[in-house]
Amino acid sequence: MEGLFSCLWCLSVRQIGLNGRILDFLDKRVLFVTGKGGVGKSTVSIALGIRAAMEGKRAIVVEVSSTENASRIFRQSDVGFKEVEMSNDLWAISIDPEDSMREYVLLQLKVKAMRDLLFRSRMFTYLAAATPGLNELVTIGKIWELAQLDRKVKHGRKYDLVIVDLPATGHGISFLQSPRTFANIARMGPIHTQARQLQAMINDHDHSGTVIVSLPEEMPVNETRNLEEQLTDDVNVAVDRVIMNGLNEESFSGADLKEIKRLRKSDDPEVRAAGKAAISQCSRTESQMEQLERLEGLVKAPITTLPFIFKPEIDLSCARKLAEEIA
Amino acid sequence: MSSIEDVLEGNRICICAGSGGVGKTTSSAAIALGMAARGHKVCVLTIDPAKRLADSLGLKELGNEATRVDPKLIAEHGEEDGGELWAMMLDAKETFDNLVARHAEDEEARDRVLNNRIYQQISGALAGSQEYMAMEKLFELHSEGRFDLLVLDTPPSRNALDFLDAPSRLTQFIEGKSLQIFIKPTGFAAKVAGRGAGVALSVLKRLVGFDLLADLSEFFTAFSGMIDGFQDRAHRVSALLADDETCFVIVCGPQSDQVDEAVFFHSKLMESDMNFGGAVVNRVRYRLGTGFRKSLP
Repeated sequence: MEGLFSCLWCLSVRQIGLNGRILDFLDKRVLFVTGKGGVGKSTVSIALGIRAAMEGKRAIVVEVSSTENASRIFRQSDVGFKEVEMSNDLWAISIDPEDSMREYVLLQLKVKAMRDLLFRSRMFTYLAAATPGLNELVTIGKIWELAQLDRKVKHGRKYDLVIVDLPATGHGISFLQSPRTFANIARMGPIHTQARQLQAMINDHDHSGTVIVSLPEEMPVNETRNLEEQLTDDVNVAVDRVIMNGLNEESFSGADLKEIKRLRKSDDPEVRAAGKAAISQCSRTESQMEQLERLEGLVKAPITTLPFIFKPEIDLSCARKLAEEIA
Repeated sequence: MSSIEDVLEGNRICICAGSGGVGKTTSSAAIALGMAARGHKVCVLTIDPAKRLADSLGLKELGNEATRVDPKLIAEHGEEDGGELWAMMLDAKETFDNLVARHAEDEEARDRVLNNRIYQQISGALAGSQEYMAMEKLFELHSEGRFDLLVLDTPPSRNALDFLDAPSRLTQFIEGKSLQIFIKPTGFAAKVAGRGAGVALSVLKRLVGFDLLADLSEFFTAFSGMIDGFQDRAHRVSALLADDETCFVIVCGPQSDQVDEAVFFHSKLMESDMNFGGAVVNRVRYRLGTGFRKSLP
């Protein structure tokens, strides 16, 4: 009876949230952002970070494949294996496996002489080379540490939201599966226990979730459907949101279109060209809408759309604009 | 701008590389179909499990063995007779298993690896294994000589270089040199680890658990009889990539990051003396009035 009661209590708190509104995906502590290559995962990760900061959360964007897109967008050169404040309440870090391994040892071994001995022997580097998945495991270990209420590292402050910019689909999935893979490789011992703990974090649907980024094109939409299935069934991680990126902004109205079609028959070659251009733009938008509809029919998670940005490179103002669009 | 047909003249292998989302799979399929329509026997190897590609080729399922695409599809695009299009989707684990079977001295040695718990965990997931297995399959098909042209759609990597480095990374791993240090920290291994290696090892054992080290050592021991075979094979696979009849086609789109990656990959190809066939720039919007220029076959 008591068990049932506490279950009901949990349910009501989870569904309503402490401030009375339905829990939003940004209220999770860890969000993994993934999707097909080239869909805009890094940009979306940063936009999510800006959005969380706008809502008064202290957020951090984590890069795991040393791409350092955050430093490019924020024009800061020094994002590395340390937490750097990019703008108000928005932080970034790029996780290097070797550094995380070192930090792990620092936290585990309290005796300085022992640590020094281990570092000098470079044994961890050799172990990582011989043990597939260890690099991914320590990277997830660092993500876990960043998401702790009571941070393990010295002077570490609590984050409300940790956003992880994952590698593309296949690599992203094996990354999220690495704790389980590793727990099976190391049958017992401290690393096994830690791998299980990290797996529990990923599988805790209240604590962690994923965001899939997609594009309004056929292949990315197909891949998004498969990815949602794999994340749900194989990895057992929550899929909280699908973000349809790069949608053309509003198209012409029906009346406009009639007018434009007439332009194609104009005597003036420039007007004809403008008419053609407008029609080509319309048909692109139309095919995008078809793909958006397909996506709606194929995935279970709610979909958020983001506009295509006509700029050669995404900068901070673009990322801010996208952040405002994420609701 | 030159046509892919000219670029592929005299080549028997075409490797399509490029960063994620540029359209490698679609370009590979288009190149393969175009060449089949010109009367060649072509096989396209894809890694991308997008079913739509199989659908568009009129195939229900793509597996680890080549399946023939309905000749009618080629006839629709056909310019010359006699062309055949075959397609297959790589299964990295199955290819890895076959490779183990090939190099094992006997069935017992084979089963020792195939049934090893660590092998089962990593054979599908080991970094670089997908890339290497794609090359391995390419090598196998090339040796059989059934096709005039093989088109490989490379796996989506973080970095196109992952592909070129794959053979050396895999052999280095299988050699298990890194592990020597944990098994017997004497001689060379002790030198690498420096003074106090024995003490460091016991600290490490405490930290990660003794079982893990013991299991890893068992795993590499199971592999030890096959190292020569694997190395030899990897050398020949690497040599095939640099062969005169192999050419790389870099796929990118008209976006700064994709162009940067393409330029970087091109420079690496040049450094490693590989043949660069050309670049496919996908999704170009043509300036109005100039019409569409056809650059794919």
